[in-house]
Amino acid sequence: MNETASELSKDEARILLERVGRDRDMDAFEVLFRHYGPRVKAYMARLERDGSVAEELMQEAMLAVWNKAHQFDPKRGNVSTWIFTIARNLRVDAYRKMRRPDFDPDDPGFVPDAAEPADAALAHAQEAERLRAALAKLPSEQLELLRLSFFDDCSHSSIADRLRLPLGTVKSRIRLAFARLRAVLEDDR
Amino acid sequence: MSVRHHVSDELLLAYAAGSLEEGWRLAVATHLALCPESRSRLALIENAAGQLFEDIVVEQPMTTSFDQLRQRLEGHRTPESGAVRHPTGRRAGGVPMLPEPLRSYVGGDVETLKWKALGRGAFHILIKTGDATTTARLLRIPAGRPVPEHGHGGRELTVVLAGSYHDGDRLFARGDLEEADASIEHQPVATPLEDCICLAVTDAPLKFKSWLVRLVQPVLGI
Repeated sequence: MNETASELSKDEARILLERVGRDRDMDAFEVLFRHYGPRVKAYMARLERDGSVAEELMQEAMLAVWNKAHQFDPKRGNVSTWIFTIARNLRVDAYRKMRRPDFDPDDPGFVPDAAEPADAALAHAQEAERLRAALAKLPSEQLELLRLSFFDDCSHSSIADRLRLPLGTVKSRIRLAFARLRAVLEDDR
Repeated sequence: MSVRHHVSDELLLAYAAGSLEEGWRLAVATHLALCPESRSRLALIENAAGQLFEDIVVEQPMTTSFDQLRQRLEGHRTPESGAVRHPTGRRAGGVPMLPEPLRSYVGGDVETLKWKALGRGAFHILIKTGDATTTARLLRIPAGRPVPEHGHGGRELTVVLAGSYHDGDRLFARGDLEEADASIEHQPVATPLEDCICLAVTDAPLKFKSWLVRLVQPVLGI
């Protein structure tokens, strides 16, 4: 019984999140909550059988979405990616109890990207559409590997055990999957 | 000069998924700070994660109502502190040799470091992490000399921070990441003009806890 959560286009999601960041718009936040809350909970529940813990982590993630909305930059990615990274960081902090070393774009030692073209946000939106199409065409065994990696906190060797595959096969499937995604994005450029 | 040796897709995927142990993560994050190209590959992988997340199978409904969340929000009302971390040991106006997150781990930039001799002119500093499965250290290899034996049986990640080294016919310079495993015989040699400073992360050396194993270990030669 899979509940189909509400549908929201990438543009709609971006406009709503920008309204939350800029105007502290509670109605816009409610739409985002109804759409992303169940997904965040499902992501948390992949590691946590206890529904109330998953629910609590979902609330934490949605509070972080509200508090950080002004930091969202559409030139860097779309809303689902941004919310995924917030949920992921919370989950790592909750389960791994480790320092989570990350690069810091404000650090003077950071080597910045080459200047972005003026239409970066548009180019990015088109790229996201192409990525969606390219993912839909990946062989199911590659998609399954990506899902296990992203959602189930599986190391590649534990995935290999689980699927009874040699580690080398797991690694080469990962490489194949990303080579394919990159090829699709570059072809259309 | 841009980075030539990049992090692999498997490591980037583990980084994006949040499943990388702290020691490996420190090496990958340090490489990412120095390499825009690898960051754009990371962005692709995270966008793929975002797309799959959009389509994740929802099995249990939420039990939180929006009114409950809203109440929590209002009770919460901690505005973003906007707290900016002040990196330590920053050279006046200059670019630090050690980017974040590495600089915070070692407690300052390169001129504040207290190197320990390793022999044959090489130095190292152990880096404290919360991760017992890996060993992270800074290495300083004198110009023109080989990297001393530092005994690892498994994976090794090396990120070059200053100078450069040759491994066979491959040259590794600032920002480059080399991934080696036990199956690779390698003997890096620093290039002649400058000492080479790098971050090296390895599997922690095996420690046999049982006294019985420790007793027979020399006999078995393991």
